[in-house]
Amino acid sequence: MSTASLTRLVDCDIHNTITAEALMPYLPKKWQEYHREFGRRQLPGDFYPKAMPFASRTDTWPPTGGPPGSDLNFLRRQLLDAWPIDIGVLNTLITIRNQEREYDAAMATAANACQIAEWLEPEPRLRASLLVPFEDAPLAVAEIARHGSDRRFVQVLIPSRTSLPLGQRKYWPVLGAAAERGLPIGLHFGGWAGGFPISGAGWPAYYLEYHTGMSQTFQAQLISLICEGVFEEFPDLKIVFIEAGLGWIAPLLWRLDRSWKHLRAETPRLRLKPSEYFRRHFWLTTQPIEEPPEPAQFTAMLEHLGMNDHLLFSSDYPHWDFDSPDHALPSILPAGVRQAIRHDNACALYGLKTN
Amino acid sequence: MGSVRPSLIDCDVHAVLPGIAALLPYLSDYWREQIAQTGFKGPVDRWYSARAVAAAATIKDEIPASKVEYLQRDVLDARPELQWAILNYDCAVETLHNPDAAAAVASALNEWIAAEWLARDPRLRASIVVPSQFPELAAAEIDRMSGRPGFVQVLLPVRSAEPYGSRNFRPLFAAAARHGLPVGLHFGGAPGNPPTPVGWPSFYLEEYAGMTGVFQTQLISIVAGGLFDTFPDLRLVLIEAGVAWLPPMLWRLDKNWKGLRREIPWVRRLPSEYVRDHVRLTTAPFDAPDDAQQLREVVAQLGSDSILLYASDYPHAHGEDRAVTELEFLSPAFATRIKCENARAVYRFEP
Repeated sequence: MSTASLTRLVDCDIHNTITAEALMPYLPKKWQEYHREFGRRQLPGDFYPKAMPFASRTDTWPPTGGPPGSDLNFLRRQLLDAWPIDIGVLNTLITIRNQEREYDAAMATAANACQIAEWLEPEPRLRASLLVPFEDAPLAVAEIARHGSDRRFVQVLIPSRTSLPLGQRKYWPVLGAAAERGLPIGLHFGGWAGGFPISGAGWPAYYLEYHTGMSQTFQAQLISLICEGVFEEFPDLKIVFIEAGLGWIAPLLWRLDRSWKHLRAETPRLRLKPSEYFRRHFWLTTQPIEEPPEPAQFTAMLEHLGMNDHLLFSSDYPHWDFDSPDHALPSILPAGVRQAIRHDNACALYGLKTN
Repeated sequence: MGSVRPSLIDCDVHAVLPGIAALLPYLSDYWREQIAQTGFKGPVDRWYSARAVAAAATIKDEIPASKVEYLQRDVLDARPELQWAILNYDCAVETLHNPDAAAAVASALNEWIAAEWLARDPRLRASIVVPSQFPELAAAEIDRMSGRPGFVQVLLPVRSAEPYGSRNFRPLFAAAARHGLPVGLHFGGAPGNPPTPVGWPSFYLEEYAGMTGVFQTQLISIVAGGLFDTFPDLRLVLIEAGVAWLPPMLWRLDKNWKGLRREIPWVRRLPSEYVRDHVRLTTAPFDAPDDAQQLREVVAQLGSDSILLYASDYPHAHGEDRAVTELEFLSPAFATRIKCENARAVYRFEP
């Protein structure tokens, strides 16, 4: 592999872990006490064995003793320095658990302060997604206002499982505040929702179903964001689907365009075909990308989607299904397309400048 | 008409119940009395504006598909090459929380289908309606109806409170296997839980377009649950599911099986191999791309000339071009397989 093919790389999905211990110094005393006394709401069960501890590669546990993604030096060594990564976007998965709202907000504020002090200041290659208490619009808008001019925060992070479909008006102030500041909404695999089952047919039995089925959460969000007319209301809004896969999108757009023609009287806000909104307003990270059995089918998958300039390379470090920058994009893709996906598209979307 | 060689099997036409009164002759005294004294309406699924749902129907009858004469006029007599049409009563039996009501209504629906549809046109076949939310009762209804002339499959709504691969549903699938009946999963259903992983959408358009996601959940669950190993003869027909979503979903599922298969060791082959052996999809709607080359690629991605079954979905129209609905984009030989031979194989019809 030539050196040239490895230069200039932006990784759009890196998971740094901010432990509760690391968060405490950034949390006001009142909420430190609340956290110690009540803590974060836990998931109502572990459900099933889930692949790997911490959903992570076994070799990503840092020698310093914390969980994967908690040690900047180790993350540099294992990821940023191991490949020529110009810029990496951190998506820290401190799930806002939809409980006491001011506590949710204080946790998000503390995590953002911690990201600035312990990740962004010491490592200029890193950017971060802004955490917000997204289920409470005024508090989320306040957090966006607090950091909206710090360009090291490149987007607002929301888990794909919100408690209502994301296009509904409850979320509009958050979507609007992000759009106003030119911040995309990064919608990332996972979350907890409002307690609803993770599929339209209830709770599955195995982690394989949960993991494979997560693209259905993104399907529902795509449909909701478009059908509610969000992009008529916020013409500058950009959405990044992170860890959603992408093979499912073209068939869903064919279906949505067709059914919209048939049922358009029900959604009078829409002026354009659903697929037109999608191709203008959405971006997609690559990992975990579908792997058709035939290389030509991979090419066809991207052609059917028709969004090569909206695809963003991501590794999902340190998770078990990590994609190596060396192997994630098949060699059948023309070099120019690979370069766009590995680097140029992310720079254009997030306004990044690499050397 | 006798000179036309039978070459068409329509795997999805609908009968619509005009109202609970139509079932009275087939219900017990107890349920007749309940209906008379309480105004019980039976299975009703009206979550969205009737206008939004009706926009899918193009037929101008007062209640489309509510009489066998309508079906004869528009499908059976209109298509002289038609050999059989499979009647799917897309019910809302799953809305009934009272298990006895659900069982009684399902039985009455099957008797209504037998008496007022199958008995009146020899070209009709039908699916067995079951109280799917109560698997033991559903199994009993399958046992009761199997062997009755004309009933060729067990029908389940794709939306359920729990995915069908769950062991709770095993008695239902065992009953279907016992009688050699395919299981059809049909678009829709109203089991009470939201139709998406993020709660209730605002528009019927959202639920309609998103229904492919529910089919994906069910297919993943049925593969992961090992139903195709437990019941090696099981045939699963996805009805009104769309088609184009299947290949990319199988790429994702196959990839995850490679990473996570120790969780489900009974799934011994690639999920896509089970699907090609055991699963069939009806062609209405197809969700075809506008681009002809892309459409050919989608068909090639299916990787099987046995997987599709022709359907009209009468009286519903999905707004697709005739070139797609009548498979005019395929070679005549391929279209013949889909319009006839594949259905013969899966339903074990005599030629």
